[in-house]
Amino acid sequence: MADRLSSASARAARREGSSPMRRREALEGYLYLAPWIVGFVAFVGGPILASAYLSFTKYNVMRPPQFNGFQNYVYALAKDDLFIPSIIRTFYFAILSIPPAMVLSLLVAILLNQKFVVNTLWRTMFFLPTLTPVVAAAILWRWMLNPDVGLVNFLLAQVGIKGPGWLSSIEWAIPALALVSLWVSVGGTRMIIFLAGLQDVPQELVEAAEIDGAGIWAKFWNVTLPMVTPTVFFNLVLGIIFALRTFDLAFVSTQGGPARATWFISLHIYQNAFVSFDMGYASALAWMFFLILFALTYLQFRLSGSWVYYAGERR
Amino acid sequence: MMVERAMAGQVVSVKRTTSARASYAGRWALLYLIVVVGSVVSMFPFAWTFLSSGKEISELYRMPPTLWPATPRFVENYQEVWRLVPFGRWLVNTAEVTVLGLIGAVASSTVVAYSFARFRYPGRELFFFVTLSTLMLPVEVTLIPQYLLFKNLGWLDTYYPLVVPSFFGGGAFNIFLMRQFIMTIPLDLDEAAKIDGASSFRVLWQIITPLCKPAIATMATLGFIGGWNSFLGPLIFLNSPEKFLVAVGLRYFNVGAAQGSAAARPQDHLLMAASLMIALPCLILFFVAQKYFVQGIVMSGIKG
Repeated sequence: MADRLSSASARAARREGSSPMRRREALEGYLYLAPWIVGFVAFVGGPILASAYLSFTKYNVMRPPQFNGFQNYVYALAKDDLFIPSIIRTFYFAILSIPPAMVLSLLVAILLNQKFVVNTLWRTMFFLPTLTPVVAAAILWRWMLNPDVGLVNFLLAQVGIKGPGWLSSIEWAIPALALVSLWVSVGGTRMIIFLAGLQDVPQELVEAAEIDGAGIWAKFWNVTLPMVTPTVFFNLVLGIIFALRTFDLAFVSTQGGPARATWFISLHIYQNAFVSFDMGYASALAWMFFLILFALTYLQFRLSGSWVYYAGERR
Repeated sequence: MMVERAMAGQVVSVKRTTSARASYAGRWALLYLIVVVGSVVSMFPFAWTFLSSGKEISELYRMPPTLWPATPRFVENYQEVWRLVPFGRWLVNTAEVTVLGLIGAVASSTVVAYSFARFRYPGRELFFFVTLSTLMLPVEVTLIPQYLLFKNLGWLDTYYPLVVPSFFGGGAFNIFLMRQFIMTIPLDLDEAAKIDGASSFRVLWQIITPLCKPAIATMATLGFIGGWNSFLGPLIFLNSPEKFLVAVGLRYFNVGAAQGSAAARPQDHLLMAASLMIALPCLILFFVAQKYFVQGIVMSGIKG
């Protein structure tokens, strides 16, 4: 959007100059934005700026922060053995978990958009993992993925595969977490948003394609998918942000282990902030991580112009 | 001969329709199979949690886990939850905070998203990326400044920090979601209404909002579930137990032992029972609200 819309609006501005109409449009735009501006100034911006300042200080919460320049940043990049590996690990988890989650959620949404009998029931059942208490799910997953008595390895053994150690194995802990997150999220928020997006696919277009003899795949690829790209984009951008910020999953099921195999960046920040009470250092870590996330998100918006289709966009 | 040919044609066409019908039925059979298997896989942990909430604590950690409780204690366990903590009070608190916050979030994020999706003004991209940035900065590092802010406002141990900010912006997730949906509505609709003399607010109220019903229903349901289960904010901004919200209250069953209270033993079975009672309103809401997620809008010949 940033790129395409700003260049588009720049072009439009040149064409129309700053006509009274354009000025009115801008004024109204600010008016509808006003609640956000007030909220940001009053509740959000201050704490953000404060954390940016704290990242340049030594601050243990008990005593007032002491300015120490770039020391936190230098330490993180040069001396902290856990910081960079934790970022790489987090990306590994995101790369493993996002693609299957996106594809499966969209397929489930398309499935649950069909005209089944008792549709409400199926949708609710698929959504249940989101409502399942985390404590219970954690106990259950530890059993399912137990290398010796677990259900998953039992099933693998039936087809002659010796299952790995999953959560207790250094190599398999992250794939195991990705598997758990897939189960939790496939029918959850992401799927529901896809389902809402699918309502924007005009039925006439689908029927027209049917009359033209389009098969299921052609209908999906040429009609459905282009119309849901705005929700695909939404789920992709937020999916990446949320996957890279994963905390609960690792905190509850592995506590970052075994041997720090699931020590994600969010755990590292948490550890420094609330266990060693090194809030200045935690802020520096958080801001470096923020810059990575921001760059990634910005890049996605720049690239989105070529694949996201908005019916209500000025061209 | 003509008759023969005609009969042959008939046979072919009959064959074709039966095979088409068979493949149609086969496709539905397959879809039902997938949906039933998927549902069972999805619901299993929830069902297991329910069964476990009627177990004794020792049975909960047996490896491999049991499915049915050896000695069912459903009534006892659920009664115990209500006896140990002011559960009803917490439910009322949570309902109050969640509903108020949700009203603010839905109204305010729709308005803000309308601004981002439909109006051109200097700084729009900047404001939008700042909005998204609030999702990217780890909360751990803004928590203490935020605590100090609400302390200075005299809002600690009140519901203001949990409700008031929702009315100003409504959260980046909701704003971005609504922006995406508003941007799928063709501009022609707005412009036609404007030519007829409609104000921009009327366009929002009478064109955008009705067309975004599935999105708004989705956002409201997800927002309710999120607010109902919110943990960090209530944990930090509230101190008095009688003001607690349910998700924070659940901690009682985790840390009760550490605090040396009556519960000097792990109480995961009660934790499960309480968690399920908390999940119930969300489940009912989801069940009821979802018909609005898929409420198609007839817009023949306008969209696409």
